[in-house]
Amino acid sequence: MSQIETFYEVMRKQGITRRSFMKYCSLTAAALGLGPAFVPRIAKAMEEMPRTPVIWVHGLECTCCSESFIRSAHPLAGDVVLSMISLDYDDTLMAAAGHQAEAAMRDTIERYRGNYILAVEGNPPLNEDGMYCIVGGKPFVDQLREAAEHAKAIISWGACASYGCVQAAHPNPTRATPVHQVITDKPIIRVPGCPPIAEVMTGVITYMLTFDRLPELDRQGRPAMFYGQRIHDKCYRRPHFDAGQFVETWDDENARRGYCLYKMGCKGPTTYNACSTVRWNEGVSFPIQSGHGCIGCSEDGFWDQGSFYDRVTDLTQFGVEANADQIGGIAAGAVAGGIAVHTAISALRTAQKKVQDRPSAAETSKEEA
Amino acid sequence: MSDATPYGSRDPAAGLEAARLTGDATESDLASVRRRTSVYVYEAPVRLWHWTNALCILVLIVTGFLIGRPLPSMQIAEATHQFVFGYIRFAHFAAAMILTVGFFGRIYWAFVGNHHARQMFYLPVHRKAWWREVWHEIRWYGFLEKTPKKYVGHNPLAQIAMFFFMTLGLSFMIITGFALYAEGVGQGGILDAIFGPLREAIGNSQILHQMHRLGMWAIVVFMLVHIYAAIREDIMSRQSMVSTMISGHRTFKDDRAD
Repeated sequence: MSQIETFYEVMRKQGITRRSFMKYCSLTAAALGLGPAFVPRIAKAMEEMPRTPVIWVHGLECTCCSESFIRSAHPLAGDVVLSMISLDYDDTLMAAAGHQAEAAMRDTIERYRGNYILAVEGNPPLNEDGMYCIVGGKPFVDQLREAAEHAKAIISWGACASYGCVQAAHPNPTRATPVHQVITDKPIIRVPGCPPIAEVMTGVITYMLTFDRLPELDRQGRPAMFYGQRIHDKCYRRPHFDAGQFVETWDDENARRGYCLYKMGCKGPTTYNACSTVRWNEGVSFPIQSGHGCIGCSEDGFWDQGSFYDRVTDLTQFGVEANADQIGGIAAGAVAGGIAVHTAISALRTAQKKVQDRPSAAETSKEEA
Repeated sequence: MSDATPYGSRDPAAGLEAARLTGDATESDLASVRRRTSVYVYEAPVRLWHWTNALCILVLIVTGFLIGRPLPSMQIAEATHQFVFGYIRFAHFAAAMILTVGFFGRIYWAFVGNHHARQMFYLPVHRKAWWREVWHEIRWYGFLEKTPKKYVGHNPLAQIAMFFFMTLGLSFMIITGFALYAEGVGQGGILDAIFGPLREAIGNSQILHQMHRLGMWAIVVFMLVHIYAAIREDIMSRQSMVSTMISGHRTFKDDRAD
């Protein structure tokens, strides 16, 4: 692998000064939540380690992950990241096409057996033998299996690869299946979101290259540094939540004041992601800052949780279009009505019994006395 | 019973001087007072649990409802100094903690307390006689039986309700509730270690929220039926109901056997 340039060599070739390089290393360290002591380690790794080959495959997806990825600011995706990784196959970004492209993938698999990272954007549909997604004349699921066989690790980009996303939403006609349910024998790191934040994507790759291992993952296999907390936990509108100040309707006075979007169905309290800290587009904003609630795009099955704009959402799991309050309210109302009727009948029966018992009542008391 | 007392055989009403002197006791009353008796059913810890549990559930339902559907926005002070929703959530969590401790205490008491303290935690489904009694109770509530039966503890129908709504129902609410609470506490703690896997098994925690809310409604329904049945039985059955949960004594209104 010595014929592959190191990251540093590539960067210098592109006219990046040593000073800028060190700056980049410290920014990356900060982005990953590492202390200043790690800056030289990142620099050293980039100077000495050969670039890691990456095969980036696309299944059923919308390319929003790629779109997000190429907009990363820290580290800059454009030149730097595309040089950091040796992106040997990515049918969306590569110049080659057709047979040439497929040859590049096979070539990479052969040359770096067990050493390349497989990045998966989208997921394979399994119904009809995978015919709903064809790449290079073959079902995508075959390409995925082929590429995964000798991969060192797999990155599941986005909600599609991680959980299934919209194509796997009920009733999932193509049986779109997340990557970890198809490939079960490789370490898989899940980077959910629709799309994931650009800096999260590049941060994960940088970490894997720098330390030559997967970052710390949580129970669901997501990098803990980015998915360890909910949007809600770090939301700048949280004080309004605790105060009980909510946007009541779109564009009301409270919306203009920037109150909490909880009542408008914000899914921040159930969504694990870094939007409220890292934000989007070089840290410019994120949905809540723009006045729209979080839709929970980095959570499992977020399309199947009823409306994006309800707090108490419909219970779609049971195949009914009603929420807990409607079901519970009807049940409680019916029971209360039943009780009222039962009370009335009980009172009538008791009165009836008293009338019937009257002649014998005297006897009973005599007996008892 | 009356024969065992010193005055029993000669004069059934003898010895009840206090009752006699107040003047509001007929001869038949005095005879009745001599014979009818009570059984000590609910020991103090059970009663204490019942009422703290009832209070906690009331607080939990009201605050829980408001957590899902908050009150209209209030502008009392700046957000920094205003903590309305925070206090509502605090009350919910505090009541939940008390309820949980109480529930564990109640389970402990099932082991060390009297026979009646265990009744709520199991259903004797293997006993045919018990099913017959269930059927009898259903007929009694369906106005098909003229006279109810005497029960010392829960009647079979009440036992079923207690088992499903309290033993299982409270367990469900405690588990789902703590799984949601663990989210707020954050990853890495003890609560997360215990309840995190459950949340992950369910998938999206929005599902967990809705299940917890549906559970709340189930408890509301139970509350309605429980209070109605307790008052109705207090009036129409042959034993005391409401006061039993205050004094612990089940008193009987007649001396007849079933």
